[in-house]
Amino acid sequence: MGVMKRVSTIFRAKANKALDKYEDPRETLDYSYTTQLELLQKVRRGVADVATSRKRVELQMNQVQQQQDKLDRQARDALAAGREDLAREALTRKASVQGQLTDLQNQYASLQGEEEKLTAASQRLQAKVDAFRVKKETIKATYTAAEATTRINEVFTGISEEMSDVGLAIQRAEDKTAQMQARAGAIDELMASGALNDALGGTPTDDIQAELDRMGASSSVDNELAKMKAELAGGSAPKQIAGGGQVSDAVPGGTASYPAEQPQSGDGQ
Amino acid sequence: MIVRIMGEGQLRLDDSAIDELNHLDAALEAAVERHDQDAFEPALHALLEKARSLGESLPQDAIEPSDLILPREGATIEEVHELLADGGLIPG
Repeated sequence: MGVMKRVSTIFRAKANKALDKYEDPRETLDYSYTTQLELLQKVRRGVADVATSRKRVELQMNQVQQQQDKLDRQARDALAAGREDLAREALTRKASVQGQLTDLQNQYASLQGEEEKLTAASQRLQAKVDAFRVKKETIKATYTAAEATTRINEVFTGISEEMSDVGLAIQRAEDKTAQMQARAGAIDELMASGALNDALGGTPTDDIQAELDRMGASSSVDNELAKMKAELAGGSAPKQIAGGGQVSDAVPGGTASYPAEQPQSGDGQ
Repeated sequence: MIVRIMGEGQLRLDDSAIDELNHLDAALEAAVERHDQDAFEPALHALLEKARSLGESLPQDAIEPSDLILPREGATIEEVHELLADGGLIPG
């Protein structure tokens, strides 16, 4: 006997066993209907859970994408500043972030597929449960024990086959969601602890950015120094050095005001 | 003849389709027995494709037991083993 026949035989045996539990077949119908409604709730919850999981992966994809854009920007800045070594480092990290992103994209696609399948299963089950309710009442209304058994058997076996199928689909989706959530949780934790930020070149301890900042800072210090030197060479008093703490604020267009301030300086008296 | 593809729904097929399906099912069963994953995947896919091409979807509100039940697309050998061992089914 082939796979197809063996599976259907097992499904039928399962249904028959459930049918045998009740003396009056009408009880079987009512009991089954209750179970169907529960399963319907479960499959809807399943759809919602998968959707939540998918949204979470989407959020992480956005975060990782931002990291990637940032590394790209840093590589450009570094290159513009003539630091090819830094640009290379940034691009190397960008490549490793790309791996993360690809992984997340695969997870996303897989969850999306699961969500679609479960949504379709939920609609099929809903249609069948509605049809079952009508059939159940018809059978009960015209009940004669002799002929009811066959009809009930047919309808019960049909619906329980559907329920087994949907039940397995929910189980699979739950397993997948649990796996994804565990992975997403691990990434969230890493991000919160800063460990992944480090590896990905993120904000708090980003050494590439630090070096670029240092370079930026040193060039503005150079500019200030040059300006000061020019002022000193122009014959101004050395007292300006006393205002060193505010140099960076005072510099833009500040040169002209220095001579006016000199008389107020304590050093002059 | 009514055939269920797990995870997809039911199809109505002409009784004459059984020979073609049985032929493909034999290959699938052999792969399952040998635990041969490389043969299993294409065998399952071929069987499902054949059933889909020969069958017509049953209405969603139809409640009928299936004569044949096919594993879902993308199922693993382990899953099929479980189905056959009756390990994976919830009671109806």
